[in-house]
Amino acid sequence: MKSSAFQYELPEDLSSALKLLNSNDLDILPLAGGQSLMPMMNFRVAQPDILIDLNKIDSLKNITIEGDYVRIGSMVRYCELEQSEIIQKHFPLIIHVIPYIAHSAIRNRGTLGGSVSLADPAAEMPSVLITLNASIELSSSNSTRSVNAEDFFKGIFETVRKSNELVTSINIPVSSMPKKFGFYEVTRRHGDYAIAGAVVTSDNGQDNFNDTRVVLFAVSTKPMRVPKSEAALNGNNFNNQDSINEAIDAVTGNSFERDLHNDETTKETLAKVSLKRAIGGLNG
Amino acid sequence: MTGPKFSFDKPGKYIGQPTERPDTRRLLKGRGKFVDDIQLPRMLHAAFLRSPVAHAKIKSIDTSIAENIKGVVKILKGTDFIGIVEPYVGVLSHLAGLRSAPQMPLAVDTVRWQGEPVVMVIANSRAIAEDAASEIILDLEDLPAATNTEKALDKDEPVIHSEFDSNLAWERTVDVGNVDEVYARDDVVTVEKQFLFGRHTGVTLEARATIANYDPSENQLDIYYSGQAPHMMQFIYAKHLDIPEENVRVTAHDVGGAFGIKVHTYGDEIATAAAAKLMERPIKFLADRYESFMSDIHARDHVINSKMTVSKDGKILALEYDDLTGIGPFSMYPRTSAIEANQVLNLTGGPYTIPNYRANAKVVFQNKNMMCQYRAVGHPIAMALCDGLLEEAAAAINLDSVELRKRNLIPDDTYPTTSTTGMKLDDLSHQKALSKLIEMMDYEKLKKENADLKKQGMYRGIGFCSMIEVTNPSPMFYGIGGAPIASQDGATIRLDAGGGIHVASSVTEQGQGTNAVLAQVAADVFGVDMDRVQVTTGDTKTTPYGGGTWASRGAGIGGEAVYLAAEALKDQVLDVAGVMLQSKPEDLNIDNGHVIDNLSKEKRMSLADLARTVYYRGNELPSDMSPELIATRHFRVTDTPFVFTNGAMAAHVELDIETGIVKILNFWAVEDCGRVINPMLVDEQIRGGVVQGIGHALYEECLYSDDGQLLNTTLADYLVPMATEMPEIHVGHIETPTKTSVLGAKGAGEAGTGGAPACIINAVNDILRPLGVTNYQIPMTPNRLLDTLRSAKI
Repeated sequence: MKSSAFQYELPEDLSSALKLLNSNDLDILPLAGGQSLMPMMNFRVAQPDILIDLNKIDSLKNITIEGDYVRIGSMVRYCELEQSEIIQKHFPLIIHVIPYIAHSAIRNRGTLGGSVSLADPAAEMPSVLITLNASIELSSSNSTRSVNAEDFFKGIFETVRKSNELVTSINIPVSSMPKKFGFYEVTRRHGDYAIAGAVVTSDNGQDNFNDTRVVLFAVSTKPMRVPKSEAALNGNNFNNQDSINEAIDAVTGNSFERDLHNDETTKETLAKVSLKRAIGGLNG
Repeated sequence: MTGPKFSFDKPGKYIGQPTERPDTRRLLKGRGKFVDDIQLPRMLHAAFLRSPVAHAKIKSIDTSIAENIKGVVKILKGTDFIGIVEPYVGVLSHLAGLRSAPQMPLAVDTVRWQGEPVVMVIANSRAIAEDAASEIILDLEDLPAATNTEKALDKDEPVIHSEFDSNLAWERTVDVGNVDEVYARDDVVTVEKQFLFGRHTGVTLEARATIANYDPSENQLDIYYSGQAPHMMQFIYAKHLDIPEENVRVTAHDVGGAFGIKVHTYGDEIATAAAAKLMERPIKFLADRYESFMSDIHARDHVINSKMTVSKDGKILALEYDDLTGIGPFSMYPRTSAIEANQVLNLTGGPYTIPNYRANAKVVFQNKNMMCQYRAVGHPIAMALCDGLLEEAAAAINLDSVELRKRNLIPDDTYPTTSTTGMKLDDLSHQKALSKLIEMMDYEKLKKENADLKKQGMYRGIGFCSMIEVTNPSPMFYGIGGAPIASQDGATIRLDAGGGIHVASSVTEQGQGTNAVLAQVAADVFGVDMDRVQVTTGDTKTTPYGGGTWASRGAGIGGEAVYLAAEALKDQVLDVAGVMLQSKPEDLNIDNGHVIDNLSKEKRMSLADLARTVYYRGNELPSDMSPELIATRHFRVTDTPFVFTNGAMAAHVELDIETGIVKILNFWAVEDCGRVINPMLVDEQIRGGVVQGIGHALYEECLYSDDGQLLNTTLADYLVPMATEMPEIHVGHIETPTKTSVLGAKGAGEAGTGGAPACIINAVNDILRPLGVTNYQIPMTPNRLLDTLRSAKI
């Protein structure tokens, strides 16, 4: 369980890192918190020619308010996110979900940018970012672009990021913090990859669902937004059981992916249970 | 013996006390010495290319690229070991009819399981060895794989060993009384269930590891070993590498968990030793986690069809089952892979009086990793089977299952007796244990609470198990069948010049606290403080000969040998003291490092003074006196094949019927392991065992694809029980010392693992049964429970 040999680079600033990413003919991987990449390298599932360690790039480690959005540098670690006053003030949903991500030892190293870039379908944060209408900033040495979180994730470990690009920040509009949110995931052990999970948000805190977002995770190749469930809830009272049931039923018919331990039927069942419980646990 | 005997009438200073383990400070300070901590001069590192498929002919192996990688020193194939390693066969003569094919350390012409070592790369570092292994081209011709246990004996299933007519390795039938006569009665109720026990493995913190060092000038092989049975391995290396046994030294320093995984012969370890001999250089092999999952023995893998018949007034009349066990392509050497099924046949129903019993076990070969003895060999199967059927039967006759147990447990006042399957049972306390358990858990209150909560939509259940455990085995376990496995163990204790004592014992320490227990016994019986006791275990060169640690025997057998040696040393010391102090030895005693007057308790002489006189100033002693301040004693169980222990356990669980997730709310274990030498360590053994049993019941499973690919080889995919999910495990003790030894200690290491799965399975089924369904496939995963619940009446 030793990784294959690789060239190790430790750039001190972003532009050096982006320059290093520009060799088209080599397999280059950026290293963020290393909580997934290091084991993958030791299993030789990942065998990069060059490893670009981003841990010295201070400009990627900040959480700042920039106008009407919060900018979270891609190298911000979960433990820092959790302790950030800005995040605590503006995005209680993120604060609520962080303890469900693995264990503190992993959160001490793992970064938001790393999780987003890896795009593990069982990860919590991609779905949370979709409900928060976040955008992912991608930089290369000659351009910077911003991709809506919903469009960013393409499949299992697959995103729209090009090989010469780096996720540099995750930007979330301050106004997008929903008035109400619910989160639920099913795991066999605390901190495990979820078998299924759901994030539900509503922009109205008073009586009725409004601008609802329903995103399921760990049940398909990427975060699964369920417009039919959203439609069923929108405009209806938070306690309207009929519309809630309709929203849960609307989960059926989506395409579910099995994992090693759970078949598609279980995935569907648990996606519905997660949604039901996420709605049942709405707070905020 | 001249001195006063140790008395168990009064509490000892150490025996019976929750004494802290002397080695914990060292281990917690990071000063442990595990195999990977050892660096030898000129040492090389090994990595293995393992078979990527379950069954194939080896057409060719191209190592040309790998050989040229800088830092690669040697590449060895299976054929390179022919003539170097004598093949080994995992059979024992007392398991009549057991067959297996000869094994070589690496596959020679055929690979028979995914993960079987095929090529060994030896290089200057493990990373280089892995680089080279990935450049080796294996040309394999796929053969059809036999992977389904239930089809293993079908006519059209591929036969794994061409010299055999089928994939049957062993079969045994037990038939006592007449079950058919019982079935014919019309006043009985019969319940029938299929039990499926998945494969799992023992995940040791320290993976398997070996360093082999060979010195040709003395024909000496030194093995640094992470395992349980140094003397057994000494024999195996000597025999199969053709080195005189006395020229093989096997040393185990700290061992990071073993659980039975590390008491077998693994091809990669034998190859490491053979290569060291061939190359005359030290070689280290350390399995990584991926290799551990693929090559550490797996456990269980049973398909059991069973039934139990009870009278309507609650007497168990008959038990019948067929057990099919898959063991991989070979029977493991030297313990064999038939012991598990044999234990199931021997132990099932052991706590109860069951007059009619018919069971058949078939052990079959498969193209999967090998299955062999892991903690609580056969016990979890036997206990889950009998107590699961018992719960079903209780429900069928509408009787509380605790009441059904009470009516059928072998009464405490009938020992010695014999179990239905012929096991000699003595000094057991099933009734006391069950009563204590019921009291500890407040059963009636809990039942009522469950019923009340069910009205609120909460599904809680209680599951029980009354169990027996094989401990302190005699030669009847392995030795009788020709295995190089000692059932006797020895202890040597010497008084050092400083007044402290040194204990050398042939039982071994894998993290469970054996050394502490040995020190407690030695300190108490001899009469010094524990901090004046040094213990050496795990070294074939410096300890007496013995079996090591397996089958819960460290305290019971190793502890007894220390007891006897400490008594003998005390007699020797008092003989010398008698002469030096002009007193009768029987008027003297040893306490707190001093020879004392037995009546007045007055100090007469320190042990240091005595020892220094003997060692340095022998001129002060009479010339006809030749004092010995070192004593060796051995102990083996002679009166009975095994010293059984018993226990009663219960689990309280909650099932989320929407998600299939089981939460364990509480667990209680009452254990009778005879004399408790260290209650804290016994509790740790019980709790640790229970946790592994919970892992078996809910989490752990080695999953294979139909074509024999192991699908989960990381700790992200193979779930071990974690602290967050574990309940409070309440441990209670009954002490019925065994009459087979002075100390009276039985084993405690495997009870939890043996009994916990049954409790969890039964507790979940206590919830499912009223819903019209049951599940006897473990682990009980959410996927399986949801599947079951789909046909439930909720």
